[in-house]
Amino acid sequence: MVLGRGAEMLDLRLYLLQRLSAMVMAPLVLGHIGMMIYAAQGGLTASEILARTQGNQWWALFYGVFVLAAAIHATIGLRVVLHEYLKPPPRLLNSVALALFVCLVALGARAIMAVVL
Amino acid sequence: MKLPPHRRDPLRIAAAVQRLSGLALALFLPAHFLVLGLAIESPEALDSFLSLTQNPVVKVAEIGLVLLLGLHFFGGLRLLAVEFLPWSPRQKTYAAGALAAAITLSCCFLLSVTG
Amino acid sequence: MTDTLQVDIWRGDTNGGSYSRYAVPAQESQTILDVVTWVQRHAEPGLAYRFACRVGMCGSCAMMVNGAPRWTCRTHVRKASKDGKLTIAPLRNMPVVKDLVCDMAEFFDKWIKAGSVFTPTETRNDPMAAIKPDEPDRMNANAAIECINCGVCYAGCDTVEANPDYLGPAALNRAWTLVNDRRDGAGSERLSTISKAGGCHSCHTHQSCAALCPNLLNPTASIAGLKRKTAKAALGLGTRR
Repeated sequence: MVLGRGAEMLDLRLYLLQRLSAMVMAPLVLGHIGMMIYAAQGGLTASEILARTQGNQWWALFYGVFVLAAAIHATIGLRVVLHEYLKPPPRLLNSVALALFVCLVALGARAIMAVVL
Repeated sequence: MKLPPHRRDPLRIAAAVQRLSGLALALFLPAHFLVLGLAIESPEALDSFLSLTQNPVVKVAEIGLVLLLGLHFFGGLRLLAVEFLPWSPRQKTYAAGALAAAITLSCCFLLSVTG
Repeated sequence: MTDTLQVDIWRGDTNGGSYSRYAVPAQESQTILDVVTWVQRHAEPGLAYRFACRVGMCGSCAMMVNGAPRWTCRTHVRKASKDGKLTIAPLRNMPVVKDLVCDMAEFFDKWIKAGSVFTPTETRNDPMAAIKPDEPDRMNANAAIECINCGVCYAGCDTVEANPDYLGPAALNRAWTLVNDRRDGAGSERLSTISKAGGCHSCHTHQSCAALCPNLLNPTASIAGLKRKTAKAALGLGTRR
């Protein structure tokens, strides 16, 4: 038997997806923080950031994966918080969560394009 | 207001820190994306925003953000260990370790932005 | 130590109520249940509360004492209160019937929902299953079987409060004992049941249940075990049955 099929297993799938996205992000967060500590020395400037990222497909991949994993992770977390404190009907809850996810991915993709292209 | 006894347990507080830091980071995320998106218009637009980071108040806020990220990251590692590794009875030690690691991380960032 | 305890006891029913104050003579080695019994015998004959064994086996006397759920027959006044003041209320997260008696129907319904009924694979005519005391599964189950169904963990769980569908620590702890019972035949159905909304994945590892359990069980560890088993099954890894 493989668990996880069918609409009633949504909670299980979201649980797994949230843990999986956390595991994916773990090394990325360390890289990101290391980068910040390195880059914040002597103040932040746009030219310094853009010189590092523009046209660099590795940074695009790094932050592409990061944005997707963060959007998944944050959406599932916010869905739980909304569910526990506001208790909206399931369809409304899932629609709001989907909207949050789409917004986060769109804003994240725009940010990556801004610094890479 | 005094917390009820079961909410004064260090591990219960660790769980609350995990939720509150996660919530704060989730709310910060779109703002972070929007600011970087300024570069799509022009590098100057991003620069004028980044000049705010010289403000001491903004620096304190940044360090607070790194602390929140550290708390959520190291606390999250403890929770992954709870859920995916055999049970360890040393949870309070690990939670204290996560706190220490998060503070260390934000201190590294503090040295970086003030250096 | 004071010679009189100041005891506030919640009195009311499903429609609400309030605290009444009683002065109760303090005694050496006095338990919370002793205090409640004294009030019923000497001050408030109409006071409703539950107890049976008085020795920590039956699980019927749990109440909120100064904000924490406790088994009242084995909790000394001295342990619950430093200053001789007590506030005693019915268990949290359950509807009140009257005074200190709460309705535990949903608590026990959730046990059934969590697949807590043993499903035999053999009959009485088969030879007895030979399970060694040091088998890993047996040791997992052993760590979780001494539950007395008192409801203390359920009353102390903030996830139960926030998510009324959540099956709760006690029911899931029971499911974990059966998941580790080789003689049980409902393993995969049980894993499926506890993976639905309100199942083991709703737990946020607050670990209040482990901190509060009067029998020193660790339902959080049991639930973590269920999370691992269900995750493995969902990903198609190591399906044992």
